[in-house]
Amino acid sequence: MKLLTFKGGLHPNDHKAETENIPISDLTPSKIMIFPMSQHIGAPCTPTVSVGERVLMGQVIGNSDAFVSSPIHSTVSGTVVAIEKRLHPNGTNVLSVVIENDFADEKVDTIKKYDDIHKLTKAQKIELVKNAGVVGLGGATFPTHIKLNPPADKKIDCCIINGAECEPYLTSDYRVMLESPMLVFDGLKEIMDILGVKKAYIGIENNKPKAIEIMSQITNNYDGIEVCPLKTKYPQGSEKHLIKAITGREVPSGKLPADVGVVVDNIDTCTAVYNAIHFRQPVFSRIVTVSGLGVKKRGNYRVRLGTCFDDILKAAELNEEITKKVLMGGPMMGIAQHSLNVPSIKGTSALLALTAEEINLNPEAPCTRCGKCVTNCPMGLMPVQINAYAKYDDMETCIKYNVMDCIECGVCSYTCPCGNHITQRIKLAKRKIAASRKK
Amino acid sequence: MDNLIVSYAPHIHGNQNIRNIMRDVIIALIPAFLGGIYFFGLNALVTVLSSAAFCVLFEYIWDKATKKENTTTDLSAIVTGVLLAFCLPAETPIYMVAAGDAFAIIVVKCFYGGIGQNFVNPALAARAFLLACWPVALTTFKAPLDYAGLFAGEHVAAVSGATPLNVIKHGGEIASNWDLFFGYTGGCIGEVSAFLIIIGAIYLLIRGIINLIIPVTYLVCVGIFGMLFTDYGFMFHILSGGVMLAAFFMATDYATSPVSKRGQFIYAFGAGLITAVIRGFGGYPEGVTYSILIMNIITPLLDKHAKPRLFGKAVKNNG
Repeated sequence: MKLLTFKGGLHPNDHKAETENIPISDLTPSKIMIFPMSQHIGAPCTPTVSVGERVLMGQVIGNSDAFVSSPIHSTVSGTVVAIEKRLHPNGTNVLSVVIENDFADEKVDTIKKYDDIHKLTKAQKIELVKNAGVVGLGGATFPTHIKLNPPADKKIDCCIINGAECEPYLTSDYRVMLESPMLVFDGLKEIMDILGVKKAYIGIENNKPKAIEIMSQITNNYDGIEVCPLKTKYPQGSEKHLIKAITGREVPSGKLPADVGVVVDNIDTCTAVYNAIHFRQPVFSRIVTVSGLGVKKRGNYRVRLGTCFDDILKAAELNEEITKKVLMGGPMMGIAQHSLNVPSIKGTSALLALTAEEINLNPEAPCTRCGKCVTNCPMGLMPVQINAYAKYDDMETCIKYNVMDCIECGVCSYTCPCGNHITQRIKLAKRKIAASRKK
Repeated sequence: MDNLIVSYAPHIHGNQNIRNIMRDVIIALIPAFLGGIYFFGLNALVTVLSSAAFCVLFEYIWDKATKKENTTTDLSAIVTGVLLAFCLPAETPIYMVAAGDAFAIIVVKCFYGGIGQNFVNPALAARAFLLACWPVALTTFKAPLDYAGLFAGEHVAAVSGATPLNVIKHGGEIASNWDLFFGYTGGCIGEVSAFLIIIGAIYLLIRGIINLIIPVTYLVCVGIFGMLFTDYGFMFHILSGGVMLAAFFMATDYATSPVSKRGQFIYAFGAGLITAVIRGFGGYPEGVTYSILIMNIITPLLDKHAKPRLFGKAVKNNG
């Protein structure tokens, strides 16, 4: 079969061998669990519990009336000990509910197997997904119930499941496909029913042949679901490039996948949707790839949301001597942490402890205008020009060079032989422009 | 845990850097260098090595004089020196070589801010400078060395001191395409053998240092327009003079060629056309140097207007 792909991009060393063959294992949650009220794209939640209150596992502890938002649940049973601003993995201080874990894991009684699923209407199912706090678990954390309920004028005709996992080091989606493929399919079936689509594609990069094989075998039992092997190339997991590779459609500049009739969901999001509908089970935990030369016990862990990074890395035997950088997410787009006293959230796809030899510490050299950033940019931008104008704070010209279309994939900085921090400067420019537009 | 480094993503980097790229270019120039020594003897060796040494020296002196960090370690000065020597005759007096190197490094490169900031190709600009200062020395070519009567008999006239391009302008017997391909012809040190240049170019292509847009567009344009403007054929035009070296090593210079593929195509097309115009109608036998210098100057304009196609720009999605 011909491999599907897109224009631009590159092939970083994928570092997947370190963790891809290690089965998912459970990780003990922390004694003190922290739940930031913002773990998703959209309005932050307001705490619905008060200090001193006993909460159960699965109880809603934060909610919002806003349209784009997603409720937060406690992932342990215990007592609320504080409601205050705490450090969030994105580097800001966010209002959080702090719960002292009693390790009893006493669940709310609504979490059980429901057998009357076929009686539920689409709207009821969407409500269940919303109540379970399901968001895109690939890392973007966009509330899933909104994706499942597109505006009436957007005609959705197919659904794509993102199993590309193009970021180096990350293998969590791969392990899910290997260990619980049926959950993915059952969740996908629910998504297809809700959206009313007959066709779904599961895109998997061809550096995961085992996953392609297992998933392809299962598709024989389902109508309308097809596995699409993709050429291994970064950033194939970008929503826009996945849609382009599989359907040939291009999401217009500034628009969403729904504008081209597609809904894209992550592998692990499918299992979360299944659990939400069949068990009324909120998103308790997620699979986190813990890797990098700074940890000894690399692997994929099922981590309770709210568990402290420090505890996760200690469990993986962190070597503090040699670890220079700790990232939440992959090395191309992940967020560097300055403190480990930070909780895992719905978007924590990986926790990487990287050593000096793994990260880039080189200073910038003058640009030689080699054009590699231009040739490799998957969005067809001219990063070299934007970089030059952003240096001189000329945001007008940056906009003319379509800076706002940048997906911040990091390809330009990665490929720059002069080590220019292009992506970094573009990110800053985008934020400056966004801030000035808000004024 | 303290002392964690914090920065924006991406946190990893590909292993390419300017020094590696320049090292690869130097490796790619070795076949043509050895060919130059084979065809023109020790003079060629001395000219190339001294030119490279002068370039490094001048850049080092400039860095010292302006209290800058020593930039010669990026190896780009060596590339400039070798490329300039490659488009000179093997007998060029050393003081002329040194003058050319000084012009290339100090005036063209360092005055404008060093690597990446020059707006014309340093080696070609220096060649144009030398051509203006010492026109006779720069256009007097010796025939290649005759090993064991290789060029005996009828051959000898064809492979005489007159370069093939002088033959176009002034008449005479023309070398066969095969002689031109392998380099049995009068000419500059590194320009004569298309075969050896292509070997180096293949290495650069495999290493991903250059792409084919500029070389192929340039060669095809020189060949086709040359055919239209003169009485000589496609192969003659792309194999003679400095065309092959320019296509792979001069026109592809990062700093002075456009960054987008669309821009690179227009740039190479323009350079090819101008080369052929000069060959067909100009006063000089050779147009490669000037054609590329002219397109170098147009490059900033191409960078501004020849943008790649934006993903998702004005697309029609009908299902």
